[in-house]
Amino acid sequence: MSELLKNIFRFVLFILVQVFILFKMPPLHRVITPYLYYLFILWLPFGLSRAALTFIGFFFGLCLDYFTMTPGLHAAACTLIAYVRPFVIGLLISQEGADKNYISPSIVSMGWAPYATYVIVLTLLHHTYLVLLEWLNFGSFMYFLGKVIASTAVSLLLVLLTELLFFRKQKFRTNTI
Amino acid sequence: MRNVFLFIRRHFNFVFFLVLQIIALSFLFRYNRFHEAAFLNVSSEITGRINERYNGIEYYFQLKKTNESLVRENLFLRQQLKTNYEAPDSLQRLIRDTIKVDTGRSIIKYRILEAKVVNNSIGSQTNYLTIHRGSAQGVRPNMGVTGPQGIVGSVVNVSENFSTVMSMLHRQFRVVAKLKHGNETGTIDWDGASPLFVTLRNIPKSAQVNKGDTVITTQISSLFPADLMIGTVFDIVPDNTSNFYNLKIKPATNFSNIEYVYIIDNLQYDEQKRLEDSTRKKIQ
Repeated sequence: MSELLKNIFRFVLFILVQVFILFKMPPLHRVITPYLYYLFILWLPFGLSRAALTFIGFFFGLCLDYFTMTPGLHAAACTLIAYVRPFVIGLLISQEGADKNYISPSIVSMGWAPYATYVIVLTLLHHTYLVLLEWLNFGSFMYFLGKVIASTAVSLLLVLLTELLFFRKQKFRTNTI
Repeated sequence: MRNVFLFIRRHFNFVFFLVLQIIALSFLFRYNRFHEAAFLNVSSEITGRINERYNGIEYYFQLKKTNESLVRENLFLRQQLKTNYEAPDSLQRLIRDTIKVDTGRSIIKYRILEAKVVNNSIGSQTNYLTIHRGSAQGVRPNMGVTGPQGIVGSVVNVSENFSTVMSMLHRQFRVVAKLKHGNETGTIDWDGASPLFVTLRNIPKSAQVNKGDTVITTQISSLFPADLMIGTVFDIVPDNTSNFYNLKIKPATNFSNIEYVYIIDNLQYDEQKRLEDSTRKKIQ
């Protein structure tokens, strides 16, 4: 399957999973909201330009927003992590040149530790911004703090499960660029 | 001028990012005015179709519960039939009005539409339901929505075939309610803590409240007719700083498995609203 087709497929699947499974689940506690959809942005190929990434993030978030009736909320958070993503990748693998040899970020292409850092940093960023925007409308500071921490923990667990269940094989490409 | 263009070109990504952020945030904070008119009609039509598909599957698993609640409601209605009651003495009897003139038109105040729920949330702080009835079927914003067991919310937005209902579990939802026992009136709202409970405020401490008391709607609310079930008192929280109780109410509606709702069209809503608005203008 071509990379474009694969990503379009993922786009739809992640939104459906988030809307019809994770948002439908009875909440464990009011501060725990499981998020998984933003993994789509983390899995986008290295080769995309920064502007394209930012725009895809915005559009992806907005699509989810129309299901949850909160236009702009997820879009803002997704735009932020899509914009920050290249900086984080640049920091983590600047020496090895993995972004030329592999298609997209994964455990194989980046290694366990850098990939885990990458996921944790962006998850935390996404949740903090999302809950901050929600918190501006209502809620207390403890609610804000609790929700960021609890949701991040649950989301990281979900990301780990997804990575283990859907292990993405990555072919090593020689330096053709 | 040239330098401005050079600056934008050099920092194109950052500027682009800022522009998208501003668009997203303006969507978020100006939601009620601009956004509704511009996009939501089209988008809720699309998401409504997808939700309807999904609901077709989900509905199947809820058939038993839905059936039970409808049977219970039928039972309740059957018990109110006139034939069940007999006048205690033979001097009084009920006579059905047989005049052929359609006097019902000017008297009827509430018209009721049924609708299927195609999307529903209880996990967030701002919960909405999407129902499969829209402007084409005569739904307008500001109509009350009730379920088989109790009230559900009010319509906030309408597209051609779907409407969005602000659930009782929404931070901004307010409805006037009264205790069935003593007729004290208060306001229902939701503090966002648990989807199982809402709060009834402004009940004076002089009222006699017991756990398990019924809370119903009043005719003061322009959304709902009087005496619709809202819930029962679960806990009484005395607020020591004021003369009012905060009552913890358990809603009669189970929001997690709601399948069918009734939309209540108050036919005199516009007239009442117009009068109230014009009065307000006159006083000023």
